[in-house]
Amino acid sequence: MIWNKDIETMPHDRLEQLQLQRLQDTVKRIYEYVPMYKKRLDEAGIGPNSIKTLDDLEKLPFTLKTDLRDNYPFGLFAAPMKDIVRVHASSGTTGKSTVVGYTAKDIETWAELMARTLASAGTTKEDVVHNAYGYGLFTGGLGIHYGGERLGATVIPISGGNTKRQITIMQDFGSTILACTPSYALYIAEVAKEMGIKKGDLKLKAGVFGAEPWSDSMRREIEEKLGILALDIYGLSEIIGPGVAYECPEKNGLHIGEDHFIVEVIDPETGKRLPPGERGELVFTTITKEAIPVIRYRTRDISAVHFEECACGRTVARMDRVTGRTDDMLIIRGVNVFPSQIEHVLMQIDGTEPHYQLVVDRVGQLDVIEVQVEVNEKYFSDEVKLLEAFENKIREELESILNISVGVKLVEPKTIQRSEGKAKRVIDKRNLS
Amino acid sequence: MKATQISVFLENKQGRLADVTKVLADNDINIRALFIADTSDFGILRMIVNKPGKAVEILKENQFTVSETDVVAVELEDRPGSLANVLGILNDNKLNVEYLYCFLDTERNVAVDIMRLEDTARAIDVLQNSGVKLLSASDLHEL
Repeated sequence: MIWNKDIETMPHDRLEQLQLQRLQDTVKRIYEYVPMYKKRLDEAGIGPNSIKTLDDLEKLPFTLKTDLRDNYPFGLFAAPMKDIVRVHASSGTTGKSTVVGYTAKDIETWAELMARTLASAGTTKEDVVHNAYGYGLFTGGLGIHYGGERLGATVIPISGGNTKRQITIMQDFGSTILACTPSYALYIAEVAKEMGIKKGDLKLKAGVFGAEPWSDSMRREIEEKLGILALDIYGLSEIIGPGVAYECPEKNGLHIGEDHFIVEVIDPETGKRLPPGERGELVFTTITKEAIPVIRYRTRDISAVHFEECACGRTVARMDRVTGRTDDMLIIRGVNVFPSQIEHVLMQIDGTEPHYQLVVDRVGQLDVIEVQVEVNEKYFSDEVKLLEAFENKIREELESILNISVGVKLVEPKTIQRSEGKAKRVIDKRNLS
Repeated sequence: MKATQISVFLENKQGRLADVTKVLADNDINIRALFIADTSDFGILRMIVNKPGKAVEILKENQFTVSETDVVAVELEDRPGSLANVLGILNDNKLNVEYLYCFLDTERNVAVDIMRLEDTARAIDVLQNSGVKLLSASDLHEL
């Protein structure tokens, strides 16, 4: 279902006119209200009226996550505090947290984008949205919440945690749409099974999953185990939160809210813009945000963008599923390794559970990677040789994909820590020494 | 004449074996024989217990990975050559032994050999026809 037909199916040239006008307004706004941007634009010889075409965007400087940290907490705000109605912040696990603000209009924009996201997964006024994203400073919970309400659905603001209770509520309240991280969706399926609940016992029909990279094989696993349509959603607090892009049931990339954001893909090494279809780092420029507009924000997420019309009728740009992050990417003996590649291999092998962990260490001068895989109960055998053959199979498949040697360790089922938010897949011990 | 062995998957982590035996002890399950096959990163604990059905249930409840395996339990005189005799019979019939372990029943002064065979059904036939004494599951558990 398409929530905003006018925008989502608008001819792309008309959309670009709208983008240009909004970009011009945004550049004026940041030049006037944000000292950091004024300084940078002056240094680059760009005035508030220098943007004549969309291509001029390329002349503007990038914004990095560190810029938000350096201006902690409100230094990049482009609206007075009396107009800020809400703030969110990142957890700050990798440094000082990044703080973002919203005006009343920004909250409206966000709700609109999230209504598009939920509608795309088939959500209507009749639906019950089970929102297991965390509420609080993290944008996931309230983002979904306002979008669900804007759409007119019934929202259960259950937030994360207490999985058994989540499942009881799903049963009793008749939840039809699930919103959470993909790894939590799998955990919910696991716990439901332990509780003796079969997939037909729940009314769930679709789910919108995001906040961490996941694979198509993980999608099939979720769809199979919960009996639902599983769609990817994308967003980040620096841009607005969830709602930046969302899949439709065609599963052919995520539709970007291009009337609010301009997307670019750059080579992460050189910073040069890449042509459509080529993989690189996603860069977004917000063009309607009032509280904290960001120019050419480097997301660190790796994807590619396509501009052909989707079979669903939407004309806005589509981005590929994010397969990794430039800062998540492990470089092991000079080879780029993404956790998602490993996940993909494991999903293809019968008998492995989707729960895994990568442990990277340095022994002497050599990087070593060990993949810990939970052995599926059905495949447990009392014979060492069968389990060893199973380990070898996993090892060979991983090595053929990654081109490096990999250690595989079978671990007991349910021993890898379950996450109710973003799964922690990588333990990199190399940084500790 | 099959007997039941229970097998438990164990990571090579401190305390796991203690955990298993504690769970069994707390539930009044007696271990008759125990053998661990280990590799560098995991082990398989193989056990003959007095109440295998209950043991499996309890271990699963406690989040252990458990399977049940059919084994053959052979009762032998405790003297030189008795095991060689049984293995000779199996060999003559081209029956392959996957693994075996044994324990002594001091009360009756016999040795009990637990064997995991490639073809359990045929091995039972062959051994019985050769006059080897096999213990049924109930014999074994009542020892």
